Amino acid sequence: MAQPALTGTGAVLPRPEGLQGIVADWSSDQRAFKNVPWGKAMMWIFLLSDTFIFSSFLISYMTVRISTTVPWPNPSEVFGLAIGGVEVPLLLIAIMTFVLISSSGTMVLAVNYGYRKDRVKTFVFLLLTAALGATFVGMQAFEWTKLIVHEGIRPWGNPLGAAQFGASFFMITGFHGTHVSIGVIFLIIVAIKVLRGDLDRMRPGFMTGRKGSYEIVETMGLYWHFVDLVWVFIFAVFYLW
Amino acid sequence: MTSITHDESAYVPPAEVEEPELYHPKSFVGKYIWSQDAKVIAVQYAITAIGVGLVALVLSGIMRLQLGFPHAFSFINPSNYLQFVTMHGMIMVIYLLTALFLGGFGNYLIPLMVGARDMVFPYVNMVSYWVYLFAVLLLMASFFVPGGPTGSGWTLYPPQAILPGTPGANWGIVLMLVSLAFFIIGFTMGGLNYVVTVLQARTRGMTMMRLPLTVWGIFMATILALLAFPALFVSAIMMTLDQTLGTSFFMPALVSQGQHLNYNGGSPILFQHLFWFFGHPEVYIVALPAFGIVSDLIAVHARKNIFGYRMMVWAILAIGGLSFVVWAHHMYVSGMNPYFGFFFATTTLIIAIPTALKVYNWVLTLWRGNIHLTVPMLFAIGFVFTFINGGLTGLFLGNVPVDIPLSGTMFVVAHFHMVMAVSPVLVVFGAIYHWYPKITGRMLNDTLGKFHFWVTFLGTYAIYYPMHYLGFLGVPRRYYAMGTTVFVPESAQSLNEAITIAALIVGAIQVVFLYNLIWSYFKGKPAGPNPWRATTLEWQTPHTPPKHGNFGATLPAVYRWAYDYSVPGAAEDFIPQNQPPGKKAKGLEQALDASDLGAQKLDGAGTPKPIGS
Ligand code: HEM
Ligand SMILES: [Cu+2]
Repeated sequence: MAQPALTGTGAVLPRPEGLQGIVADWSSDQRAFKNVPWGKAMMWIFLLSDTFIFSSFLISYMTVRISTTVPWPNPSEVFGLAIGGVEVPLLLIAIMTFVLISSSGTMVLAVNYGYRKDRVKTFVFLLLTAALGATFVGMQAFEWTKLIVHEGIRPWGNPLGAAQFGASFFMITGFHGTHVSIGVIFLIIVAIKVLRGDLDRMRPGFMTGRKGSYEIVETMGLYWHFVDLVWVFIFAVFYLW
Repeated sequence: MTSITHDESAYVPPAEVEEPELYHPKSFVGKYIWSQDAKVIAVQYAITAIGVGLVALVLSGIMRLQLGFPHAFSFINPSNYLQFVTMHGMIMVIYLLTALFLGGFGNYLIPLMVGARDMVFPYVNMVSYWVYLFAVLLLMASFFVPGGPTGSGWTLYPPQAILPGTPGANWGIVLMLVSLAFFIIGFTMGGLNYVVTVLQARTRGMTMMRLPLTVWGIFMATILALLAFPALFVSAIMMTLDQTLGTSFFMPALVSQGQHLNYNGGSPILFQHLFWFFGHPEVYIVALPAFGIVSDLIAVHARKNIFGYRMMVWAILAIGGLSFVVWAHHMYVSGMNPYFGFFFATTTLIIAIPTALKVYNWVLTLWRGNIHLTVPMLFAIGFVFTFINGGLTGLFLGNVPVDIPLSGTMFVVAHFHMVMAVSPVLVVFGAIYHWYPKITGRMLNDTLGKFHFWVTFLGTYAIYYPMHYLGFLGVPRRYYAMGTTVFVPESAQSLNEAITIAALIVGAIQVVFLYNLIWSYFKGKPAGPNPWRATTLEWQTPHTPPKHGNFGATLPAVYRWAYDYSVPGAAEDFIPQNQPPGKKAKGLEQALDASDLGAQKLDGAGTPKPIGS
């Protein structure tokens, strides 16, 4: 048996397993996704829409990379980092990726403790996630500075080859970095709510007036994992291709 | 006789979720300006959309003046003409129709029809409107900046859109792109609400297959919009960068006005793909809500269940899915691999199947129905006419060999005005005549309505039928004036004059409609709760117009599908969705009682308690 649908009246509605369960849910009343709160459903659909945004970005990047007549700069040289005089290709980006993926791990822990309503631990891991996210953005700023100041790469051109290199790199990593930054801000807001006990007391939100609940930790987690996942694709097509 | 999809049940499952707390403001400003009530937001959306729509209408009148009387007006010059074409097209498609159907009718009807108190996230919904308004203001601002609005055509194709020589290549195009980006952000906030409300906030007993087709149409259109707008959003960002920072996403190396520009290596075709990946679904974003609404109008005013409800739903889903794989039929002349043309022609013809199915079902619903030629019904039937017309020319244009000589001519203009301009607009009118009594509590004036219908409907044909012929002759679109050619005869000009006169009459007559809207608001006949004797939930509210929260103390429970009209043996020729079976209701009051009774009986344990915590 799949998890039964919970109802406000305390009655439980049993649901069949597997494919039949999906059919039953979709042909039922009230909710197509049983036991899925509104916020979570909304986040999933938003992420679907956002997937289309990032896909459009990446497909456009691939197209201009093919359409340009000027040779593409060699990514492992451009993105190298010199440590003690030795050029290590992709070093910075490896660290950045590691940091961001780790933040997904801490986010999982935060969601887990959120389920258990462990106020302090949830707070700590949310904050840790935010810190890792901020570190990522910081390193990205460092990388941008390096490319702009030292390599002379601009959105409209660069000395190493095709102008589209800088254009799509700054645009796409910038758009992704914005996602991460927004995520960091909201992680901090959620963390504060958790620590203050807003979620335990179901205190209404400052702007929306909706009662607080630990669901928002999980919703936040969805967003965060999505941003990480997108990074994996950006990483693959920008740095490894 | 096989039985119709007469979906009725006596049992209604208990409520799964606690009712949301609504934010009840006290002040006028809180209630009507910064409102979180979907119904107020709907009216805000509608008024704004109709407001810009009027601007677009005036622009079309000016264009027609120029085309009909090419040398008479000194204030229209070739650049202006292009700017008017562009603004007219973009405003009509995005800022009027998309906003009105989804932001306007979506907001008003979804919560009421699915039996919800409000949208799931009213605050986000409110922000959605204000972002939309901001986008509209940005767009209007482009009339006042140096160089004026962009004149690149509503398709905004680069490279010309941002090159000197195209009107508005400096300010206009950037404002247009930024405004579109904001429109998309605002729409996304609203759209997420519409989708989640339909999926997760229906009332007890309201299954997906009991939703009125209006909700299905708006729901699917919203999904299309959420997946199609991203492509436009991304291309807007990239073109803005091309214009402002000098990147070369869409710009190849080129020489313009004798100067070698600093662009190099971009792909103009990429823009076309992105644009039409959005642009074709956009056609269905305005068509699907129209399909849904028309289905309901026809069923209500023919007192018959809709023919083939399930097929209608599947057709909506099929059209929605297919609309993402036909986009390049707009690019047959752009220089594509011929195999692509073959593929996209095939998918285009396939999408005609579910569409034709819907048309048959409308006609079969009318067949031997008890047709009341009310104003909404007239508009609905008018829609079926214009839509069949535009659909047929669409089949022509979907075929590569036919499209190649016709694309870029007035034939295309005639086609898309029939199928996606006039048709949805007729539905908008019909829907306003139909739901105005619920929104304001008063009926619109019938005589004025019929006058409005006949002039608009016949005028449509007077305007667009001859345009097909002009297209055959080879008269190009987006041309300020024809000059002399060997292939267009002199007499084409007299046809153009006739079209212009018809267009001006149709345009002017819309004042009657506006007057009707305002006059009836104060002086119209009181409507009562359910003037059309319809089954769907929005007509069963305890108050008309419905109060904040829509349904009074208890939410209705739904026992049947939305189309129980003229059921044999029933006391009335309609049975509201919230009336339990077996009860012979004599009127609306009883139906309301019945639902409350049902609600109490089944709610059992009293106030629901929160779940998930
Ligand atoms: C009284 C009603 C209308 C009239 C008289 C009218 C007239 C026109 C005219 C004269 C053009 C320009 C043709 C050219 O030179 O290429 C045009 C273009 C266009 N119209 Fe309309 N129109 C009307 C309503 C609408 C509506 C309701 C829509 C909504 C979808 C619409 C969408 C468009 C579009 C997309 C274009 C193409 C713009 C472009 O070529 O960039 N029109 N219309
Ligand atoms: Cu199309």
